[in-house]
Amino acid sequence: MNFRLILKLAAVAGIFTPISLWVGQLSYSWMPEPASAEALLVDNLFSFLTTLGTFIFLGVTGTLLYSVLFQRAGKYDESDGPPIEGNLTLEIVWTAIPLLLVVWIAGYSYKIYDEMGILGPMEHMHRGEAIAAPLVTQASPETEPIEVHARQWVWEFYYPEAGVTSTEMHLPNNTRAKLALTSEDVLHGFYVPAFRVKQDVIPGSKIDFEFTPIREGTYRLRDSQYSGTYFAAMQANVVVESPEAYQRWLKEAAANPPQPGLNPSYDEYQVKVENRENRPGWKTVLPAPAPLVNYVGS
Amino acid sequence: MTNLSIDALAPNRQEPSPGEPENWWRFFTFSTDHKVIGIQYIVTAFVFFLIGGFLAMVIRGELITPEADLVDRTVYNALFTMHGTIMLFMWTFPVLNGLANYLVPLQIGARDMAFPRLNAVAFWMVPLFGVILMASFLVPGGPSQSGWWAYPPVSLQNPTGNLINGQFLWILAVALSGISSILGAVNIVTTIIRMRAPGMTFFKMPVFCWTVAAAQTIQLFGLPALTAGAVMLLFDLTVGTSFFNPETGGDPVLYQHFFWFYSHPAVYVIILPVFGVFSELFPVYARKPLFGYHFVAISSFVITGLSAIVWVHHMFASGTPGWMRMLFMASTMLISVPTGVKIFAWVATIWGGKIKLTTPMLFALGGLDNFLFAGITGIMLASVPFDIHVNNTYFVVGHFHYVIYGAAVMGIYAAIYHWFPKMTGRMYYEGLGKLHFVLTFIGVNLNFLPMHPAGLMGMPRRVASYDPEFAFWNVLASLGGFLLGVSTLPFLLNMISAWVQGDKAPANPWRAIGLEWLVASPPPHENFDEIPTIIAEPYGYGKNEPLTAQQAALQQLASTEVA
Repeated sequence: MNFRLILKLAAVAGIFTPISLWVGQLSYSWMPEPASAEALLVDNLFSFLTTLGTFIFLGVTGTLLYSVLFQRAGKYDESDGPPIEGNLTLEIVWTAIPLLLVVWIAGYSYKIYDEMGILGPMEHMHRGEAIAAPLVTQASPETEPIEVHARQWVWEFYYPEAGVTSTEMHLPNNTRAKLALTSEDVLHGFYVPAFRVKQDVIPGSKIDFEFTPIREGTYRLRDSQYSGTYFAAMQANVVVESPEAYQRWLKEAAANPPQPGLNPSYDEYQVKVENRENRPGWKTVLPAPAPLVNYVGS
Repeated sequence: MTNLSIDALAPNRQEPSPGEPENWWRFFTFSTDHKVIGIQYIVTAFVFFLIGGFLAMVIRGELITPEADLVDRTVYNALFTMHGTIMLFMWTFPVLNGLANYLVPLQIGARDMAFPRLNAVAFWMVPLFGVILMASFLVPGGPSQSGWWAYPPVSLQNPTGNLINGQFLWILAVALSGISSILGAVNIVTTIIRMRAPGMTFFKMPVFCWTVAAAQTIQLFGLPALTAGAVMLLFDLTVGTSFFNPETGGDPVLYQHFFWFYSHPAVYVIILPVFGVFSELFPVYARKPLFGYHFVAISSFVITGLSAIVWVHHMFASGTPGWMRMLFMASTMLISVPTGVKIFAWVATIWGGKIKLTTPMLFALGGLDNFLFAGITGIMLASVPFDIHVNNTYFVVGHFHYVIYGAAVMGIYAAIYHWFPKMTGRMYYEGLGKLHFVLTFIGVNLNFLPMHPAGLMGMPRRVASYDPEFAFWNVLASLGGFLLGVSTLPFLLNMISAWVQGDKAPANPWRAIGLEWLVASPPPHENFDEIPTIIAEPYGYGKNEPLTAQQAALQQLASTEVA
C-alpha cells in the first residue's frame, strides 16, 4: 500500500519535473535581452524561482483538479466523507518542507545579491567594501561618477570629467558604470529594464549607483517611482557603445554649444496649452523647461 | 441538564423574537443589531466596489492603446489613485467587516457584538468618509493624484494652492477610515474574547473567528502608525510643517515606513478572513472535517506576528541599505510557511471527500488556486535581486490583483453565496451563480495574468502611456477587465431577484455544522432563544456527533422515545 503510493507520487513527480524545468528555461525569454552583468544573474535567479514555482503550482493544482474531477459526490449522495481530522506527521512534514525551501531560496537570493554588489543609498559612506565581487573590468577608482539629475519630468546627464551635459545617456561597454543620482523635486526611479537594475532617486540626497553594461545597443531608461502628471513620459535613451566610441562621443559632445535638450513632457504640455485641448483635465505642476545641453540625443 | 424544558431545546424555532421591526427600512437606520449592520456594511461596500470597478474600466480603456488618448493625464492619475483607495478602504475592509459583523456573534453563540452602539458608529462612518472621498471629484484641482500610497513630495505639491484640495480630502477620508476600523477592531476582538457561549473554548471556535481575530489584531497595532503618518502628512500639506518635505529638511522615506508598517499587514487583514471563509466552506462541500484544525487556527496568529516585520519589502528600491534588504527578504519568505500550512490543509480536506460543486464551492476553489499562483509570485517578489527588476512594474500589479481580486474578492463572493440563505432567508439561483463564477474566473486570469509578462518586460505601473512593445499584453488585460465588469451583472441580478422572490431557505440548506445553522434563516433578532452550550469541535463531518449540549439532549430524548 505504502509502496504503491510512493510509486504513484514518483510517477507524478516524473511528469511534473521535466515540465517545470522546461518552463524555467522558457522564463529567460520573458524578459528583455540581458544587457548588463547583473541581468545575467537576475535571469538565472528568476529561472530557478520559476522552475520551483511551476513544480509547486502543478503539484497543488493537479491534486485539486484530481479531487474535483474524480471525487465528486453523486447527485443524490448525501453521505459524508471519511472523518479524517489530521495527521501530525504529515502536518510537520508540510511545515518543514516550505521552511527548507525558503531557506534555500533566501540563501540563493543572498548569493546573487552579493555577486551583483549593488550599492544601496546608505552605503556611499564606505564605498568599495559594498562591492563584494566586481564582475568585469573595474573603472579606475578615481573615476568621477556620471551625475544623473531627475526633475519633473526630464532626465539630464552630466559627465564631470568631460564637462558634457546630455539628455541621452552614453555608457562605455564592459565597464562598471558609476552614477550619482539626484532629484530636484520629488521621488523618481532610475530603471533600465534591460539592465534589471532600479534605484529610487530621493530629493535631498545623492545616491551612488553602479552596474556593468555588457552589450552594445540602445535601451530605454524609465522613471519607476511615480512622480506626478507626466510620469509616463519621463524616459530617455541609454546608448551602450565601445569604450573608443564612448570617448569619441564625449569629445564631440564637449565641442557642441549648449542647446535645449529633449523634453517630451514639456513639449506635450505646450501642445496642450496652445491647442486648447478639449479633453477636460485638472491643474498640473508645470513641467520643467528643457535643460541646456551639449548633446540632445533621441 | 435535567432542568431544561423541552420547549427551550428546540433548535430552530420559527417565530421571530419581539424587538426591532423586520421592515426593509431598518437597513437605513442607526440599528444596533449586528446582523443589520453586517448587511449594511456588505451592501454599502458593494456599491463602492461598482464605483471603483467603473474607474478601473476607464483605466483599462486608456491602456488598451499605448498613447495617452482617452483621458487627460491628470484625470488618469486621479482615476488610479481613487480606484486603489476606494477598492481598499471602501470595499474590501468594509465588506469583510460586514461578514465578520454578521457571522462572528452567530458563530460564537452571542446575541450581539460586545458594543452594539459603537458598532453602528463604526459603520456609519463608512458612508461619511465615502462621501468625503467622492466629493474630491468636485473640488478645484480634482481628487488626489498621488497614488493610493500618497508618497510625499508628490502628495504635497498641491498645484491649485487651495487649502481644501483633493489630497486634503483624501487624507481626511483615510484618517476617518482608520478611526472607523479601529473602533470595529476593538469591538470584534472584545466580542471574540468575552462573548463566547459556554463550552466554546478557543479550540472549539470556527476558523473564521480565529482568522477574524488575527486580522483585527493587526488593525489594532498597525492602524495607529498609518493614522499618525496621515496626520503628519496633513500638517505638512496644510500648515507647512516639515516631517516629510525634503525642501525644509523633512524625510520623504520616513513616510514610506509609516505607510507600509500598516499597509503591508493590511493585506493580511484582507486575506486572513478569506482564509477563514475557505476553512469554513471546504469542509461543508467536501463533507470532511477540516484537516489539521489546530495547525490552521494557530497559523493565523503566526501570520499576524510575521506580518508586523515584513513592511520594508515594499521599499527594496527606496532608500534601503543592503542589510535591511536581506533581513526583510528573509522575514517575508518566512510568512509563506504558515500560509503553506493552510493551503496544504485545505487540499487535504478536499482530498477524498464527497465534493459538491455548488457556486460557493466553485468560488472557493477558484480563489484558492488564484491565491496559490499569487503566493508563488509573492515569493519571487520577496527575493531582492529579482524584486529590484520588477519593483513598481506591472508584475507587482498583477501579483496583488491575484491576491485581492483572484483570492479575496472570489472568497468574498463564495462567502456571500454560502451565507446568503442565512442572511436573507431566501435561496439564490444556482445557474446564475455558476455563470457568475465562470465569467469571474476567466476575467480574473485574462485581466491579471498578462500583467506579469508586461512587468517582466519592464512596463512601470501607474503609466498613462507606454511603449508599443507592451501593447499586446495590455489589450488582453483590458478585455479581461471589461469581462470582469460584465461578470457583476449576473451577480446583481441573482442577489436582487433572489432576495425579492427566491425560494424560502430552510435553517440549514447545506447540511453544514455550526451554530449559525442551528437558528432560523434569517436568524431571530436575539439570535438564540437560549444560549447554546458547545460540546464538540467545529468540523465534525462524518462523525455524526452533536455540536451542542441541547442537540445532545434532544438526540437522547429521541432515542429514549423510540426505545
